[in-house]
This record gives sequence, C-alpha cells and structure tokens, in this order.
Amino acid sequence: MIRLSIPLRQALSRLTLPLMVAAAFGTMLLGKADTVIAERARTALADALAPLYAVMAEPLRAVQDGLDEARSLLQLRTDNARLREENERLRRWHAAALALEAENVMLRRQTNFVPDSTPSFNTARVVADGGGTYARAVLLATLPGQPVRKGQVALDERGLVGRVTEVGSRSARVLLATDMNSRVPITLEGSRVRAMMLGTNGGRPRIAHWPEGSVPQEGERIVTSAEAGAFPAGLPVGVVRFSPSGAAEVELFAQLDRLDMVRLFDFGLRGILPPESVARPEPRPQRR
Amino acid sequence: MDRPPTRPRPGRQEPAQGFWRWLDAFFRAALPPVATALLLVFVAAFRGAPALVPAVVLPAVFFWSIFRPLSMSPVAVFALGLLQDLVTYAPIGIGILTLLAVHGLAFRWRRSLAGWSFLAVWVVFCGFAAGAAGLGWLLHALLALSLPPPEPSVQFALLAAGLYPSLAFLMTRAHRAMRQAELEA
Repeated sequence: MIRLSIPLRQALSRLTLPLMVAAAFGTMLLGKADTVIAERARTALADALAPLYAVMAEPLRAVQDGLDEARSLLQLRTDNARLREENERLRRWHAAALALEAENVMLRRQTNFVPDSTPSFNTARVVADGGGTYARAVLLATLPGQPVRKGQVALDERGLVGRVTEVGSRSARVLLATDMNSRVPITLEGSRVRAMMLGTNGGRPRIAHWPEGSVPQEGERIVTSAEAGAFPAGLPVGVVRFSPSGAAEVELFAQLDRLDMVRLFDFGLRGILPPESVARPEPRPQRR
Repeated sequence: MDRPPTRPRPGRQEPAQGFWRWLDAFFRAALPPVATALLLVFVAAFRGAPALVPAVVLPAVFFWSIFRPLSMSPVAVFALGLLQDLVTYAPIGIGILTLLAVHGLAFRWRRSLAGWSFLAVWVVFCGFAAGAAGLGWLLHALLALSLPPPEPSVQFALLAAGLYPSLAFLMTRAHRAMRQAELEA
C-alpha cells in the first residue's frame, strides 16, 4: 500500500465527491448516448441475480398467498354472492357461445376458411419486480435454452401483459403495458375503431388518438390491433373505463400486480423495435 | 484433558492482532454499503411496489453518511446508485446523482445532525426525501425531454419517509454494536 502524507490524503478525500459527481454525469451521458452498454450491464446483472430471485420467489409467494387467503376468508360472503351472479351470466353466455360456435363451423365450411396457425409459446416464471419509480417492468427467470426473443408478446392467463425488451441468458425483462413508455395499437372491438393505448405508470393506461366522431364506449372490449406489425390482431387487452375526470382509460384483463407466470408468444413479428436490437444478429439456435 | 489451564481466564477477550484485526476492521467498514446493496437486491424481489427499491436505499445512504461517513464514501454511494439504476430499469445516472447529492449534503451537515434527536433527524430526512424525489423527477424530465407524471415521485418520497424510522432503528443498533467493537479493539 502506498503511504500518502496526511494533507495529500485529506485533499484527495475532499476531491472524491466532485469526482464522483462528474463520473455520474459521465455515466448519464454514456447511458443516453450508447443504450447498448446500459442494456448489456442491466442484462448481465439480471442474469446474475435471476437464480437468487428464483430461489426467493417461492417463500415470498407463500407469504403473499397466506395474506391473500386471509383476505379472501374475510370477503367470503360478498365473493359468493358475486360469483353466483357471475355464474348465472356466464351460463347465458355459454349457451350463446355454443350457438355461435355451431354457426361458425357451418359458415367456415361454406367459405373454405383457412384458420390462422396457432402461434408457438413458452412459459416463464416472474421472479422479481424489474421496474422502479418511473418504470413498470418485471423480471423473468428463463432457462438457458428457452427461445426468448426481444419483441415477444407476454400474456398472462387473462390478457396482454407487455413486451419483452431485454433478453439475457437466464433472465428476460418484460416492459408492462402500464409503463410510461409503452404504446400499444388497439382496436375497440365493438366499433372496430383503431386507437393507441398509452401507459401512464398508473394502474390504468389511457386511450388516445381515436378518430373523430367515434368515442370509446364505457365497458367496450379492447383487443390489440396489427397496425405497425408489433402485435398480432385480436389479443385480449381490457375494457374501456372512464376516469372520474372523464378520460378514457383501459382496465386491463391481466392482473399485473400478481403475475407469477407469463406466456411468451412468438408471432414472428419484428415491427417496432429499437434500431440496435434489429441490427444485432438473432441468437443462434441452441447447441446440443 | 487433565492439563491445567496455563493462565486464568481473562476478564475481557484479548483483541485480535495483525491480519485478523485488519480483517475485522475491513468487514466493519464494508458492512454499511454491502448491507445496503444486499437490502436493495432483496427488496427488488417484491412485486407490486415499484418505488420500494429507491425508498430503502435513500434512508441507508442518508443514515450512514451522517454516522459512518468513512464507510459510506462517495465511491460506495456511486456504486449503490449504479446498482439501483440497473435494478430499477431507470436511465443510468439518475439514481447515482440523487444519492450523491443526498450524501454530499448529509455529510456536510453530519456534525450538527448527529447530535440531534431522532425525531428532528427524521423531519430533516423527510426534507431530503422530498428533495431527492424532486431531483429525480427533474432529471427524468431532462433525459426524456418530456414531463413525467409527478405521482410516482410523491409515492417514492412518502414511502422513503415512512420507512426511515424502522430502517434507522436497525441501523442504529448495528452502528452501536460496531462502535462498541471499535472501543474494545
């Protein structure tokens, strides 16, 4: 170790803070100028932490399940009444669906309809919150050979969750539909009107850019639109709700606050991806 | 074992010498930043509370900057900020700058702050949390060239202020234990 004189050491220690502040500005500029470096660093860190989170996820879920259980015990009566009412309604829908299915089969036979191929998907576990104050994202633990790709669409069992934005060897990050930077082209199912769903970091994304004269209706179902080639058409997203201030918002079908598994669909779409991720070569198929 | 003890039991354990003593001091000095980093990583596992990670790091940096400034050095604060930015998917540099600002001010005022009552320090911390949230919001706005919604920042400041007493309680215990060990060594 180098021995320094006391005044020199004091001067050095006084200099560290300004130096570090300068370095902070430097990293900020670097992160802004070269997003690939920041992304690589994030992915490397996520890869290193993913196994740890995967181990921790199980006990944490047990705690959360215990709390949910206690809460549901308290609400048993109201839940029961609600479910009975919902069951009644679903029974009616069931009859309607059967009739429609029969009609659909008949119509397809008459028109030689070629059905869409079922997209391939794989499932990944959500292990940690991947977001912060101004980001809504989750971290997935993936297996080394799992074919996860940037731009894949993530759905839970109910509806759209978000899109894969970063892929490491053992982890992947999904930007949620509620994130401030999330923009999803949508179709209002009743009127077939196209619009955009903008994330606001709040629980309910806003609807914007619908054509003049066709206002979204409260309770209308929203599905994704194939505009721009980022999403396939027709994935369930949510329903239209109006906020107290009169803004059109989306109540998502997906339960973003209690995700544990997501399905990652590969629709083979390479729509809007940042330029650097398009320029990068696709990961090679897994070696045996 | 029929061999008699060579000397009577001492009243106090003899302090370690040489390498062990150095190791002891090293780990003591490393505890504040390392424990904060571990807490950061652990807290990131909780889903549904996005502002939780910065809200636990801020009290830790503030507390250790006042009471153990040699351990929570600017370099350690820089590393913690970088880790926080990487884990929370924030634009890199925002967490680093806010934490360094908090560290710098807390370090400058540490002599008076260390003598104040817990309640007074908490009130001061609330001001720091509000300032850090405002600075973070401003930097986000500058980097994105658009105004982000203010609610997440407010949520972060409130969360940090609310978490401070329990975190400070634990850190005070650790600080006292370390000081005791230093006096004995």
